[in-house]
Amino acid sequence: MTALLHIDNVTKRFGGFVALDGVQLEVAAGERLGLIGPNGSGKSTLVNCICGTLQNENGNVRFDGQVMDGMAAHERTHRGLSRSFQLPRPFHSMTLAENLRVPLLYTVQARTGLLRSAGDLDARCHELLEMVGLLKKARHMPRDLTQVEMRKLELARAVAAEPKLLIADESMAGLSHSEVDDILNLLLRLNERGITIILIEHIMSAVMRFSQRLAVLVSGKKIADGAPETVVRNPEVVRAYLGQ
Amino acid sequence: MTRVNTVKFSLIALVVAVAVLLLAHWIHIDYLYFASYTILQFIVLATAWNILGGYCGYVNFGSAAFFALGAYASVFMHKAYPVPVPLLIVIGGIVSGIVGLGMGYLTLRLRGSFFAIATLALAVVLQTLIVNWDYVGGSRGAYIIRPENITILGLQINYIEYLFALMLLLAVIALVTARTIERSRLGLGFATIRDDELAAEACGVPTLRTKLIATAISGALMGMAGAPFPYYIGYLQPASAFGLEYAVNSIAMPMIGGTTSWVGPLVGAILLGGAQQYATVTISSAVNLLIVGLMLVAFVIIAPNGLVGLVQERLRGRRRS
Repeated sequence: MTALLHIDNVTKRFGGFVALDGVQLEVAAGERLGLIGPNGSGKSTLVNCICGTLQNENGNVRFDGQVMDGMAAHERTHRGLSRSFQLPRPFHSMTLAENLRVPLLYTVQARTGLLRSAGDLDARCHELLEMVGLLKKARHMPRDLTQVEMRKLELARAVAAEPKLLIADESMAGLSHSEVDDILNLLLRLNERGITIILIEHIMSAVMRFSQRLAVLVSGKKIADGAPETVVRNPEVVRAYLGQ
Repeated sequence: MTRVNTVKFSLIALVVAVAVLLLAHWIHIDYLYFASYTILQFIVLATAWNILGGYCGYVNFGSAAFFALGAYASVFMHKAYPVPVPLLIVIGGIVSGIVGLGMGYLTLRLRGSFFAIATLALAVVLQTLIVNWDYVGGSRGAYIIRPENITILGLQINYIEYLFALMLLLAVIALVTARTIERSRLGLGFATIRDDELAAEACGVPTLRTKLIATAISGALMGMAGAPFPYYIGYLQPASAFGLEYAVNSIAMPMIGGTTSWVGPLVGAILLGGAQQYATVTISSAVNLLIVGLMLVAFVIIAPNGLVGLVQERLRGRRRS
């Protein structure tokens, strides 16, 4: 299998602090990868470097055969990289349907030239809202939503861009068991449709159920990568999580 | 709500403009022309400010600089190569539009109050340049003797009436532009910048380019509003062209009217501009800024989203109950 995402020796520094230290990672098309690590291990920095929110100093990020370095975030989105934010960042002044219109107009339409008519756009918005179970609130504002609904909106907006690779950055933090299952099932359904997914998460039961492969970041370095059952028994990983 | 398309809206706006023109011609009081010209000028300025400040959320304190640039472009052309006023409006628009684009580039990393301070600095820099540029009058100012009348298609038209008609047309152009943007893909892009730039980028919005479009359009409209100003006032000096009232009014008017829709700046400019003109005649022109201040305070307390916001909230409340 050829890799969809190829991260080669990526390094990111904030002043004297090395947030990412020569990270190597490959993700195959259609794969479900779990990315775990203690707080401050560089998971979100890695996501930001992949998505273009931050630019890596060394190494390179290749996606779908193209080098992404130096490319602005919106260009990466146009090429099929999509992410949800750790803390939901909806557009506050817009209804839920309008929130989804943004990626539809700015990414899908720009990429494919489809969705030209207002009817097509509305239909697609509704389809996406129905997928996450928010259709009834299409005309509501984000401030009317609960935490879990906000996470679902965040995912729906990321999916609206019709990505090849979706990065879900802690989209289950702070949710109850049934809510976690809700989001997890949603992600599994998306994967079945052919979207490659990187899941960043602290809830281990969810990560274990979801991931086909698990990568572990500690202090900006990848210390393990492989089948989830083996990785969680890796002594180095155990030490990083539980201490010695 | 029925949807009125842009062509229909433009036609309606033009009809209203012609009606205003005929009404003014019928009443025919010179002072009324002067007063309404000022209000129209503020409609253009407030609408232009709102494209960047209201739609994108970037507060521009340098409106006076863009306005003055348009005015001084006219003074320059008047001395170098006199052309008709409509062409001056186009030139003023281009000059201010380019400066707007440049300002966008220079300040693109700044947000919130930092951006506002940078625009204020731009105004100071430009004013210093003009004061020291002798060709356009320097600190002495420049006189432009406007002709009494102008002949168009064999018709003799009073020059003030002519300028009034041009400003009326400009107000229509500004409002149509704002309304068209509001309902377009670009308008949605502007709103994403106002709400969350990081999320906008993640959704595929080219935020930098979108911002530059906003600063250029906003600057160009302000320059266009300033271009006929030297002809209207007759004597232009830096202190009046870069006056504080332009910067303050272009912010206060959309705030009072409401920043999320094209109606807001229109309502705000008519209300505030009207009150100022009334006060100028009855009390003193010095009381103008006081009026702005008091109205701003009042509106921040009563209607933080402006008059349009207040009406929308009422309507929404009624629909829910």
